[in-house]
Amino acid sequence: MKTIENEKNHIIPYKTFLFVLAGLIVLTLTSVTLTRISLGTLTVTIALIIAAIKSTFVLRIFMHLKFENKMFSIALIGVVLLLCAVITITLLDYLNR
Amino acid sequence: MSTQKDIEEPSYLDYKGKYRGIFSWILSTDHKRIALLYLFSILAFFATGATLGLLMKFELIAPGKTIMTAQTYNAFFTLHGIIMIFAVVIPGLPAVFGNFLLPIMIGAKDVAFPRLNLLSWYFYVMGVSLVLISQFTGQGPPDTGWTFYAPYSFRTTGNMLPAVFGAFVLGFSSILTGLNFLVTIHRMRAPGMKWLKMPLFPWTLYATGWIQLLATPIIGITLLMIIAEKTLHIGFFDPALGGDPILYQHLFWTYSHPAVYIMILPAMGAISEIISTFSHKTLFGYNFMVASSLAIAFVGYFVWGHHMFTSGMSSTALYAFSLLTFLVAIPSAIKVFNWIATMHKGSIDLQTPFYWAMGFIFVFMIGGFSGLILGSLATNIHLHNTHFVLAHFHFIVFGGTGFAFFGAMHYWYPKMTGKMYDSRWANIGLFLFLTGFIVLYGTMFYLGYKGMPRRYYDYDEIFHTGNIISTMGSWVLYSGLGIIIINLFASLKSGAKAPSNPWGGKTLEWSVPSPPPVENFKEIPVVTKGPYSYK
Repeated sequence: MKTIENEKNHIIPYKTFLFVLAGLIVLTLTSVTLTRISLGTLTVTIALIIAAIKSTFVLRIFMHLKFENKMFSIALIGVVLLLCAVITITLLDYLNR
Repeated sequence: MSTQKDIEEPSYLDYKGKYRGIFSWILSTDHKRIALLYLFSILAFFATGATLGLLMKFELIAPGKTIMTAQTYNAFFTLHGIIMIFAVVIPGLPAVFGNFLLPIMIGAKDVAFPRLNLLSWYFYVMGVSLVLISQFTGQGPPDTGWTFYAPYSFRTTGNMLPAVFGAFVLGFSSILTGLNFLVTIHRMRAPGMKWLKMPLFPWTLYATGWIQLLATPIIGITLLMIIAEKTLHIGFFDPALGGDPILYQHLFWTYSHPAVYIMILPAMGAISEIISTFSHKTLFGYNFMVASSLAIAFVGYFVWGHHMFTSGMSSTALYAFSLLTFLVAIPSAIKVFNWIATMHKGSIDLQTPFYWAMGFIFVFMIGGFSGLILGSLATNIHLHNTHFVLAHFHFIVFGGTGFAFFGAMHYWYPKMTGKMYDSRWANIGLFLFLTGFIVLYGTMFYLGYKGMPRRYYDYDEIFHTGNIISTMGSWVLYSGLGIIIINLFASLKSGAKAPSNPWGGKTLEWSVPSPPPVENFKEIPVVTKGPYSYK
């Protein structure tokens, strides 16, 4: 069993962190720029997709999910699916009221 | 598994650490001491909430004003609800017995984050203090009920904000405890304790931990939205500001229904331990018991709408929530059938914890079946917001969690204190408690069915007899409660010394001395058998 005592630390080079940071800034600027363009109902969808990409970077690189046991990724995906299910059920009310 | 009677370390109660006196408790990071901090805090708040309940029942002994005004009654049921839900039943079993026993039952020296564990107790105390401060400051105590429903919660002149913020802080305590338990179970199980060799109580704490971690932030954000709406006038829920009051109910119950499972899952875990130990038999259908714990936690996320059948939701959502509500009954029923199957042909030892477990099954069944009546759309329209609902959730929440809490208390008391209690007085207390409970809350089913609404300090003459019986039931219940608590406290002084394994239990906590030493085990045990290895 992997325990606190025997787990390994991963060292990520600063260069990678800086690349990711630059990527996050570019995506944030894209997100802000898109609010100035009228895309109708797609506005929220695109904003959420960009936010999801940014979150994935933060989770995988800054929070080391990429290097951790697969169990953590599975747990995270499970939580995201749970959130989607809760929102879908709530929409059963809002879309049919 | 070898017993460790020869251990020479002082018990956690005798250990002389860095601090003395009260500081050796409130600055301790030992999971056992923190468990007792929770125990005494919870007992104090339970006594407060119970006294409010007793006074409310006394008010209802006759129509019209008896001992308090309508406004006082509103404030009483609000405070009673907030204290009992957020400060007693939600932390009850996980924070007290989970903290004390989880590390020992999985063969660890402590939880994964001992300092965080102590911090969560401080959050707990701060949260309840804020709720209590709200009673004595501002323009009068809150009067919305524990649900803080919009839009009334924004319009009342009652002192809402400290109470709402208190509930928010209590949520942090719950999240930190859940997180701690999840990491502890994932990372700190003893060598050989594979997932399916873990006892049921840690398994239910594991399922509970996920609910605490994933559902509690929703209520946290919702309560912050109330504060933002009330102070900054942002229209989330108040229709006057363009908000949607039903959205508040969705968000509130998305947490508060899973919270029922935070209360009941560890209760089911404790009952499973008790039944196996006193039947001297391996828990029947262990794998299904584990799966049903996780299934209850999972399906429990999707049934919140059954609290909102009369709120004006769409009919599509009504049908979906009703169907999902019926589904959650399946894993609960699996547990009840397996408990009964465990007892079948067992060598049953009729001790006090076993009687509590039987009481639990009895009241939980009544609470569960009445839940199905409320989960049906048509009957819900008639029974919504009546005393029937009060009876149902007191049978589940106070009956389920309360019976399991006292069952667990009598089961693990020798381990926690190193003393045995007087079982004759314990049984008398239980008998009165059970009798009073059925009279007090059973009568409410009838009153609700006949149409008596909840949260009214006055009622029509036709409900008088039922209310007299119900109020008398509260006196019997509280007499039993008094006997139980006095007996447990008296036994701390006069009880006989407890052996390390007084009941013949097989799980790891019974292999360490009573009370356990500071670091629980002299050497971390190697687990080779399942948790209930009876021949």
